[in-house]
Amino acid sequence: MEILMAAVIAVLTGCGIYLMLRARTFPVILGLTLLSYAVNLFIFVMGRLTTGSPAVIGSGTRYADPVPQALVLTAIVIGFAMTAFLLVLALRAKAELGNDHVDGAQVAGGTGHFDKTQLDKTPQGNIGPENDE
Amino acid sequence: MNHLLIFPILLPLFTGLLLLFCAKFGLPWARIISLGSATLLVALSLVLLQRAGAGMPELYALGNWQPPFGIVLVLDRLAALMLVMTALLTLFSLIYAVCGSDGPGDSLHPLVHFLLLGLNGAFLTGDIFNLFVFFEVLLLASYALLLHGGGPERARAGLHYVILNLAGSALFLISVALLYGVTGTLNMADMGQRIAALNPADLPLVHTGGLLLFLVFGLKAAIAPLYFWLPSTYAAASGPVAALFAVMTKLGVYAMVRIYSQVFGPIGGGFAEFLLPWLWPLALATLAIGVVGTLAARQLRQQIAYLVIISVGTLLLGLALNSVAALSAALYYLLHSTWICAALFLLADVVRGQRGAAADSIVQGPPLAQTGVLGLMFFIAALSVVGLPPSSGFIGKVSLMQAASTTQAMWLWPALLLSGLLTITALSRSGSTLFWRTDGETTGAGRASPLAFLAIGGLISLSLGISLLGQPVLVYTQAAAGQIFDSQSYVRALLEFQPVREAAP
Repeated sequence: MEILMAAVIAVLTGCGIYLMLRARTFPVILGLTLLSYAVNLFIFVMGRLTTGSPAVIGSGTRYADPVPQALVLTAIVIGFAMTAFLLVLALRAKAELGNDHVDGAQVAGGTGHFDKTQLDKTPQGNIGPENDE
Repeated sequence: MNHLLIFPILLPLFTGLLLLFCAKFGLPWARIISLGSATLLVALSLVLLQRAGAGMPELYALGNWQPPFGIVLVLDRLAALMLVMTALLTLFSLIYAVCGSDGPGDSLHPLVHFLLLGLNGAFLTGDIFNLFVFFEVLLLASYALLLHGGGPERARAGLHYVILNLAGSALFLISVALLYGVTGTLNMADMGQRIAALNPADLPLVHTGGLLLFLVFGLKAAIAPLYFWLPSTYAAASGPVAALFAVMTKLGVYAMVRIYSQVFGPIGGGFAEFLLPWLWPLALATLAIGVVGTLAARQLRQQIAYLVIISVGTLLLGLALNSVAALSAALYYLLHSTWICAALFLLADVVRGQRGAAADSIVQGPPLAQTGVLGLMFFIAALSVVGLPPSSGFIGKVSLMQAASTTQAMWLWPALLLSGLLTITALSRSGSTLFWRTDGETTGAGRASPLAFLAIGGLISLSLGISLLGQPVLVYTQAAAGQIFDSQSYVRALLEFQPVREAAP
């Protein structure tokens, strides 16, 4: 079971980091979510992997560590709030900047991997303050 | 048990909630409540500063749980100093904000108090997971504060800031979980003791956790390779928010001092010694990048943001020296640089409002409406931030130089002196361009009220004040640094701590 857990955490982290390095806000948000899943699992297994044992001390000879379970609950709640905030921020940035690129659209020179066909569809005035003539 | 210790956390919490509910009564009421609470917090922190001066660290067990099983708050000299610094900074930033930059909307005041809640909690807590929680509280408030006022520039900077910090939080959680998995405790002092008694085979895991934590705090403090977010973020924030953010990088430095003395310090298997040789090049690189940025900046606010990076580099140099005298000097410099950078951000906000389309770009523009008083303030603040004689920056840098041994001085003296020289060059260029190289008529817009000048002048005179009262302040920082290096004092306080017993029925 240890190998399986480690592999799951590794795959989640890898996918999370890959998505975080993308240039659009939505994949980045998905990447952060995957990363936070990996982190939550990681915290959880730091209390050691046991099956069928209660999280209360004194009710048996074997027990599961209750502290990581409490930590993971806190981390889930915080991660949830942060994701919600980031989604709203991404929508706001889309409205303000006129595109969903994480750097905003760079007209002069571009960022290299930015899809320029997208740019022609947006009104020039909305792209950024540098372009307001 | 003494309940005063938890008030710096409860006061901003309830003020923030009250402000949310009072939103419908309008901005005047919000301003009164907000300023009143900030003033109360200054008084409260001064009381705590005086109590912390007594000697032993004071503990407060939340829910009366016996430490190390429950969460504790710890008040020592360093924590009290940070509380006072933050409370004063917030008060003056809020005074500036009520002069008109707290609109549109009514969200600035509650958010500032939630930010304070997180900051004060992070300074006081003695529990490493709780540190994470308070970091998240203050980050969430800062995300929203950064966007205050709206606009595409803030949305762009905010997106970077939020994503970077969320990735940082994930790393923070991984390192906390690693450390818990190995040591089985979350209390900082207890963790230090357990690491000392650890099986050597488990030490690599602890070191991994320690390095990840360094990465997280380095991101918050904006040290050399992790600083990219800072200039655009600070330059995009509105005036009072940027001033408040001056404390955020210092929080990263504070967390480093706290964790690497208590968890990885001499009692924690000496892991800090492993990190020390790396601090030198990082500090020098941070300093160099800050100086280059200051010289290259094309806007005043960007230039001040790079001054913040210079101050972080200087503080790291102080940590790298690793002695009581150096840490004491670094704490003194921390007070000075926080207040003076905040004052500069507020000044830049006023300047920007009076230059019409030129805004704060360092180019020829219309003359300022209040050029006399603004120029004088900029002159004093620039002298202080560079570290020329009568100012507090001078005392901070000199005591840092005196703390260096001969071999360390070979690196430290040229680095500090050269950075000072280049900063003078950069600031005299921007100052003379903004205030003297003018053409045309003044726009007449954006005249700042006397209250705004009170806020800026207050922050500058705080910085001058610690220069006039240099001796008592340095005695205090010396004692605070001594307490940090004597990590056993906190362990003793923890071991002797007894929860309150219920009276027998």
